[in-house]
Amino acid sequence: MKIDWIDVGDVDDIPIMGARVVRSADGDIAVFRTADNSIFALYDRCPHKGGPLSEGIVHGRSVTCPLHNWVICLETGEVEGPDHGCAAQISVSIDGGRIRLGLPRASRAAHG
Amino acid sequence: MKEKLILIGNGMAGVRVLEELLERAPGRYEVTVFGAEPHPTYNRIMLSPVLAGEKQFEDIVTHDRAWYAQNGFDLRTGTRIESVDRTAREVVASDGSRMPYDRLVIAAGSHPILIPVPGKDLPGVITFRDIADVDAMLAAAGSGRRAVVIGGGLLGLEAANGLLARGMTVTVVHLMATVMERQLDDAAGYLLRRELERRGLAVITEANTECIFGDGRVGGVRLKDGREIPADLVVMAVGIRPNADLGKATGLATNRGLIVDDRMVTSDEAILAVGECVEHRGQSYGLVAPLYEMAKVVADQLAGRTDSVYQGSVTSTKLKVTGIDVFSAGTFGADKDAEDIVFRDAARGIYKRIVLKDDRIVGTVLYGDTADGARLFQLLRSSEDVSAERDTLVFGPALAAGGAAPDPIEAVAALPAEAEICGCNGVCKGKIVEAIGAKGLQTVEDVRTHTKASASCGSCTGLVEKLLKSTLGEAFQQGSSVKPVCGCTTYGHDEVRKLIRAKELRSIPELMQELAWTSPNGCSKCRPALNYYLLCEYPGEYRDDAQSRFVNERVHANIQKDGTYSVVPRMWGGVTSAAELRAIADVVDRYQIPTVKVTGGQRIDLLGVKKEQLPAVWADLNNAGLVSGHAYGKALRTVKTCVGSEWCRFGTQDSTAMGIALERATWGVWTPHKVKMAVSGCPRNCAEATVKDFGVVAVESGWELHVGGAAGMHVRPTDLLCKVATPPEVIEYCCAFLQLYREEGRYLERPWPWIERVGIAYLRKRIVEDAESRRALHARFRHAISFTQKDPWAERAAGAAAHEFSPLAEVVA
Ligand code: SRM
Ligand SMILES: Cc1cc2nc3c(=O)[nH]c(=O)nc-3n(C[C@H](O)[C@H](O)[C@H](O)COP(=O)(O)OP(=O)(O)OC[C@H]3O[C@@H](n4cnc5c(N)ncnc54)[C@H](O)[C@@H]3O)c2cc1C
Ligand code: SF4
Ligand code: FES
Repeated sequence: MKIDWIDVGDVDDIPIMGARVVRSADGDIAVFRTADNSIFALYDRCPHKGGPLSEGIVHGRSVTCPLHNWVICLETGEVEGPDHGCAAQISVSIDGGRIRLGLPRASRAAHG
Repeated sequence: MKEKLILIGNGMAGVRVLEELLERAPGRYEVTVFGAEPHPTYNRIMLSPVLAGEKQFEDIVTHDRAWYAQNGFDLRTGTRIESVDRTAREVVASDGSRMPYDRLVIAAGSHPILIPVPGKDLPGVITFRDIADVDAMLAAAGSGRRAVVIGGGLLGLEAANGLLARGMTVTVVHLMATVMERQLDDAAGYLLRRELERRGLAVITEANTECIFGDGRVGGVRLKDGREIPADLVVMAVGIRPNADLGKATGLATNRGLIVDDRMVTSDEAILAVGECVEHRGQSYGLVAPLYEMAKVVADQLAGRTDSVYQGSVTSTKLKVTGIDVFSAGTFGADKDAEDIVFRDAARGIYKRIVLKDDRIVGTVLYGDTADGARLFQLLRSSEDVSAERDTLVFGPALAAGGAAPDPIEAVAALPAEAEICGCNGVCKGKIVEAIGAKGLQTVEDVRTHTKASASCGSCTGLVEKLLKSTLGEAFQQGSSVKPVCGCTTYGHDEVRKLIRAKELRSIPELMQELAWTSPNGCSKCRPALNYYLLCEYPGEYRDDAQSRFVNERVHANIQKDGTYSVVPRMWGGVTSAAELRAIADVVDRYQIPTVKVTGGQRIDLLGVKKEQLPAVWADLNNAGLVSGHAYGKALRTVKTCVGSEWCRFGTQDSTAMGIALERATWGVWTPHKVKMAVSGCPRNCAEATVKDFGVVAVESGWELHVGGAAGMHVRPTDLLCKVATPPEVIEYCCAFLQLYREEGRYLERPWPWIERVGIAYLRKRIVEDAESRRALHARFRHAISFTQKDPWAERAAGAAAHEFSPLAEVVA
């Protein structure tokens, strides 16, 4: 599958230990920024009951889903602890403070 | 080619066979599961809490469709098997399709018994067996409506309790002289009945139902003695009959149930059976523990371990009615050779009876204090000689050892390894202890995940906790004398607060550094707590950390299950006006808000608002003078009031104005947990002040101040703090109370558990007796609130934290 790298904004547009949402045709994407300024992106749907992960508390390299507190690893999308499941991941590249998401097929940014 | 295994019956026993099979021989069979119900598997025993409204159906689903898919099981729900062609080795389904098998497992459960009285088929007569029954009951239920439950056994009483919780007027009619007579003796039956009646159930014993009457629909129940009990709903819970239908239809050996041998094999070698549908050595069971034991043997057989046998089960029973502890096991009928040991504590409503025969326990009934149930059940099952501890048996093991008060931890420590801790899942002490050691388990939740103990009905949670304590010893002791805030630290809440003060820690990163947090930046448990503690310690100075707040507090609205939000404006003292209502109506129309609901807190909830709409919705509400109601916060929620002396013929003071004044004085404050208040105009207490965190009841001579009430998961009436004469005093005392709670309550601890911890006398000392202390608390409260009494909605409508309410980007494919 062909990957298009789409610019979605600046690292500083996302609060540290927070997240923002990127709307896409395939559903919302949560883009996270950790305390050490790493950026991760997952589809904004908790593997449990679809909770919006972008609204969770970010800690270490994990996020806790706001609906029922499942903890999801930002690096792999895997659910941590005893629960099972995986949130779909999206590749990220950072270039000069700009965030680009690796999205399948041709996509274009509508606005930032 | 793989052998084909077909399972008929997608219930608790059948699915347990599949689980056990996965442990023994995953992938050995090509498995197809037929279930007559349209759902994947759920925990049938939890239908009672679902009926009572304590759980939702989703909470009790144990295996969803994904589980079947992951394990390669072909699940056909809503498909009944009509017959089995044993010659061709094929099952025939309700849709006419046929499917071949090599091995067949029948797990068809049982049928609820319908007593053959006239009217039994009227609409509104319901049994209690599956979720469809619960739905039917709920559809017919409703407050003010009437139900009759026929049958005062375990099932009937759980049904009655559930319908009572739904606000119905419930009568239980029972054929025998005492309720649950098969599990309880007269004394325990009496105590149980008394407690049920105290809760509002009517119980009629020795009641023989003549007919169910009604015109096109249930109208009531007539007893043989002529009494008529009107009813909108009749629940028939008189027992179950093993479902041997398929066996009978296909010529398998049946009696009451489907007959199996010790290998759980029916009269056809290719067909096994398990669960309530079977009859084994003349015995059928109606509880899950024996079914789980059977399931192990069935799985062994299917995995080729043909020497595995089932030898019958001894069962014990617990009633799942919240707040009533009943345990029973074995026999205690009249046997002239049996001896009884009985202990009664009338004041505390405790009754314990142990029945001995030849110095061995053959039965036990415990009411009111069931902590010893597991130990006695163990002694019963092992048939151990108890003559040595006979005299102290009924007091528990600690006393038997000469100690003073029974120590529950020692009691658990004294259990042998094979003692059963979790009856539902058949998990014994040894297995839990082993898992704690091997897997480093620390919490009840860990044990639940790894061993399944306490994962079904949950009544053994306390035992599991004590087992953890006794196994981990020092390690857990430390943690238990001071329960750590979370897994990131060993400090407890109070210690953290003391250290914040002593070391003058002023930010979360500083605190984590100084107190050696074990995680880089905490977790979703500790960060909100730390943020609150710092905010409380340094009012006006500490910069609130939005990223350490739960989403609701970060975006000033309540997240809903579909990711939308609810918006609740403040309605001071529950009073509103035409202008406010009009403004709310306009907002609803303008933003097409799907649901408008009056809350239990005397205000209006707008549900289903999209996140991007929030700032605009708030701006419009602000324009009409409406501000945030903090329905989302660990903060002051509502101040409910009644109409009071302004209107009511009984009112003694202006409770409405008092409530508004209190709300104006205290809104916007952050607290360890949410805080609710109420003011009633007289002791009739229409504002329900005595189940609020802070409640005021007006009397002729002034105002009674009540604290520490609750009406949530735990209902607790308030303690009377004191009486004061004037409204300004009400406000001063209230603020002092809130400040003391803010400074000393632990995060997520409501006022009532805090008060139970420190004692009401301590509050009186700090707030009532010591005027100096009260004034200082009041002053600190005013100082703190001067920084936070700002409408967060207005700030956001004006552009604060705008990033929260807009996407980073939109990309289109
Ligand atoms: C909207 C409302 C129900 C309604 O439609 O009437 C409601 C809704 C919620 N309640 Fe409640 N409670 C509401 C009145 C109550 C009441 C009645 C009252 O306040 O008089 C109680 C019992 C009184 C009490 O608190 O002691 C109540 C006891 C609870 C509890 C149990 C608290 C406890 O200590 O046991 C929770 C759970 C919690 O807070 O941890 C809870 C939690 C919730 C939450 C916030 C659940 C959540 O975390 O999402 C619900 C979502 C609110 C929302 O708007 O999305 N709600 N809740 C009521 C809002 C009142 C208001 O105007 O703010
Ligand atoms: C309200 C309630 C509370 C209870 N509380 C407790 C408790 O506290 N403790 C306890 O130990 N036990 C309790 N029980 C009993 C316990 O739930 C049962 O013992 C257990 O569910 C029986 O398991 P089973 O698999 O044999 O039957 P079930 O769980 O009933 O499963 C049988 C399944 O087979 C299906 N089926 C039947 N015939 C066919 C067919 N021909 N084709 C396809 N599918 C078919 C049925 O639809 C059903 O789904 C309670 C039961 C109820 C109803
Ligand atoms: S509490 Fe008293 S004053 Fe208030 S409404 Fe009820 S009866 Fe009237
Ligand atoms: S939806 Fe995320 S934890 Fe339930």
